[in-house]
Amino acid sequence: MLRITGGKVYDPANGLDGVVKDICIADGRVVSDVEGGRSIDASGMIVFPGGVDIHTHVAGAALNFARGLTPEHLRKALPFVHTPERRAGLGGITPTTFATGYLYAGMGYTTVNEAAMPILSARHTHEELHDTPIVDKSCLVLMANNEIVLDLLEAGELERARHVVAWLICAAKAYGVKAVNPGGVVNWKFGKNASVLSEPVDGYSKVTPAKIISSLAAIIDDLGLPHPLHIHCNNLGVPGNVSTTIETMKALDGHRAHLAHLQFHAYGGDDWGSMRSEAATLAEYFNTHSNFTTDAGAILFGNAVTITADGPWQHVLYQLTGHKWGNLDVENETGCGIVPYVYKESRLVNAIQWAVGLELMLLIDDPWRVFLTTDHPNGACFWRYPELLHLLMNADFRRESLNKLPDEARKRIVLAELDREYTLYEVAIITSAGPARALGLGQKGHLGVGADADVAVYLEKPESDLMFEYPRYVIKGGEVVVEEGQIRAVANGRDFIVQPSFDDGIGEYLRPLFEKVYTMAFDNYPVEMERIPGVDVRPCIRP
Amino acid sequence: MITFTLKEPPPVPLEAEALSPDVMLPLANDAIRALPMYLGKRQVRVDDFFTVEGAASDELEIHGDARKVKWIGRGMTRGSIRVVGNAGMHLGAYMKGGAIDVSGNATDWVGAEMSGGLIRIRGNAGGQAGAAYRGSLSGMTDGTIIIDGTAGLETGMRMKRGIIAVGGLVKDFAGLQMKGGTLVMRGGAELRTGAWMSRGTIISLAPLKLLPTFSYASTYTPSFLRLYARHLGKLGFTLPYEEQDGVYRRYTGDAAVPGKGEILMWVRS
Repeated sequence: MLRITGGKVYDPANGLDGVVKDICIADGRVVSDVEGGRSIDASGMIVFPGGVDIHTHVAGAALNFARGLTPEHLRKALPFVHTPERRAGLGGITPTTFATGYLYAGMGYTTVNEAAMPILSARHTHEELHDTPIVDKSCLVLMANNEIVLDLLEAGELERARHVVAWLICAAKAYGVKAVNPGGVVNWKFGKNASVLSEPVDGYSKVTPAKIISSLAAIIDDLGLPHPLHIHCNNLGVPGNVSTTIETMKALDGHRAHLAHLQFHAYGGDDWGSMRSEAATLAEYFNTHSNFTTDAGAILFGNAVTITADGPWQHVLYQLTGHKWGNLDVENETGCGIVPYVYKESRLVNAIQWAVGLELMLLIDDPWRVFLTTDHPNGACFWRYPELLHLLMNADFRRESLNKLPDEARKRIVLAELDREYTLYEVAIITSAGPARALGLGQKGHLGVGADADVAVYLEKPESDLMFEYPRYVIKGGEVVVEEGQIRAVANGRDFIVQPSFDDGIGEYLRPLFEKVYTMAFDNYPVEMERIPGVDVRPCIRP
Repeated sequence: MITFTLKEPPPVPLEAEALSPDVMLPLANDAIRALPMYLGKRQVRVDDFFTVEGAASDELEIHGDARKVKWIGRGMTRGSIRVVGNAGMHLGAYMKGGAIDVSGNATDWVGAEMSGGLIRIRGNAGGQAGAAYRGSLSGMTDGTIIIDGTAGLETGMRMKRGIIAVGGLVKDFAGLQMKGGTLVMRGGAELRTGAWMSRGTIISLAPLKLLPTFSYASTYTPSFLRLYARHLGKLGFTLPYEEQDGVYRRYTGDAAVPGKGEILMWVRS
């Protein structure tokens, strides 16, 4: 039992905006009152629901590839030395599993959503997530380039496609579905991309990226998944891609969707020389269509590793940078590319990207629909979120930072005109309440009675970057896991999954198709439930 | 001065980042003796393996056969280390300043990714002197390494700036993927010298068997060599630069990259 007294509580889901209120915790949940137990004096502190990261890459084959591809960063990374409470590990731009849990918790985050998991490496991903301590986890399965699904869309068998999608979600033990560069990864296997939403994908006559997007979004709504289709739009990173992003939203035709890392999809211009910010255009459209949520995918200057299932884009990036490049082909499900990257303040394109991420966060009116992410580790490491918050909360600091950008970049962005400053209440929304709601995790992101007792307590300071960098206390599931900058307890978090229903015969439909093209035996394909310690099956009830 | 005398050679490599002037300077003798080192995965104290005389100095002297003592002078920024005997792997790695002098031999990764300072090996060195660690884009970015004896594989691999001068023979892949800087080889080198080099200068006083991706450009006496020769001469490493001594045949490459590096091969008059 635990009572947090005297702190200013920011709990947007329950309308609390800095109200001094006791938070009582018993049996891992927030309760109305407790008698006895430990009491934490939070006077002079602010109390937030634990952070929820809706889009990050913290486990799985691609991230391991990135770790292996960048030993030079790991050598310079913050070492976590083995202690009685803690396992050894490394921080840096691709932290190791245990360090990932410690770093998230050390920042006040208690739930993370791994945003890209091929089914073929789902077993490995869940095992890595199990080794990511403290935080609760979920993961999204990659589906928009799965050729078994695309074949059914080509044949017009939407009903069967629905059952196959449900079966695949159950096989992967996923929480939702991610669509990455729909059709583009299929085309990449033939050395091409899918840059026009209305053009058929290679090898198909009726399947277009637009059809994949609309069909998957409809199926997911139909299955009642708590989190809508999570889309990485076509033409990521390409100048002029704002039109593709808006077309993608139109193709969704009123269905729910979460648009991932929107910063990478909000560019105007015809080429790298004429690239400019189109955050205002995109935000204007987004603001008037309430069926979407998004996350910023902001970038910060410095080292990063780009990892994505968007193989063709990664090849472009490799050609642009001449840096190291990794490419994975995941049979007929998806692909993957990895390119280490350095975002430089002095580089025109990077300066525009930096501004676009902030502009989107400031121009999208409703904080319940835009969330703080850096698409870790693509735009920056997740442990740099406090820097982003400082930029969002302090217009003067933003202007100072703007002055360091190349003159040409400042002409192509609108950030200088934006005076908005995020309030603490809004910060609580974009870091916790909003993403929890978008993920359909009703017990997360708030501090009402019955909520999971995930709480972050920060010293209230005017220097907001420092404030969010070092929480004074982090409570996860009712247990104090971080206190005064030290990991105190290392509980294993839960792994949220959904199990949508499907026709019993769908397995036998898939078996011959599968055995014809896959290297893995069909019976070995689905991840066994007993492989996931801490599994928590969430109901398929569309919020 | 602080003197460290190895009591007995460690049975497995001893990781001794603590043996650095930056670490020792503010410490009393007791504190130095208590500094941690790692014998394999086991943490030990400095005085488990060394007798320590002196305190609070940035001049270190290490006596004994320290061929299994790794990371001596790692990241040091000042002062000096004199090793009377042999030194182990990663000697002066990430070094930023100061000087290291080894009377015997050193093994692999001498001055890897160093950015300043001077390392002198009176005997032979292992491979990857001044090189980039695996995965890193750049090796040494400044400073000087002088090896009086021979050097091993991949000497100067991906070096970006600075000078490496080797008195004896250098093994295969000298200057591999070199990006800049200067590699001087008085005793020549084995195969594939300068493979994938994009910039930088390799000077050999002995004939080399070059890769076919290096093209002959000219025969001349480079005027810049006078500066290098004087600098190296002060450090006791001679390099002919007068026309009456001989001329240099200049080859450019590696065209496989394609690169703009150069190999200067000396021809005695």
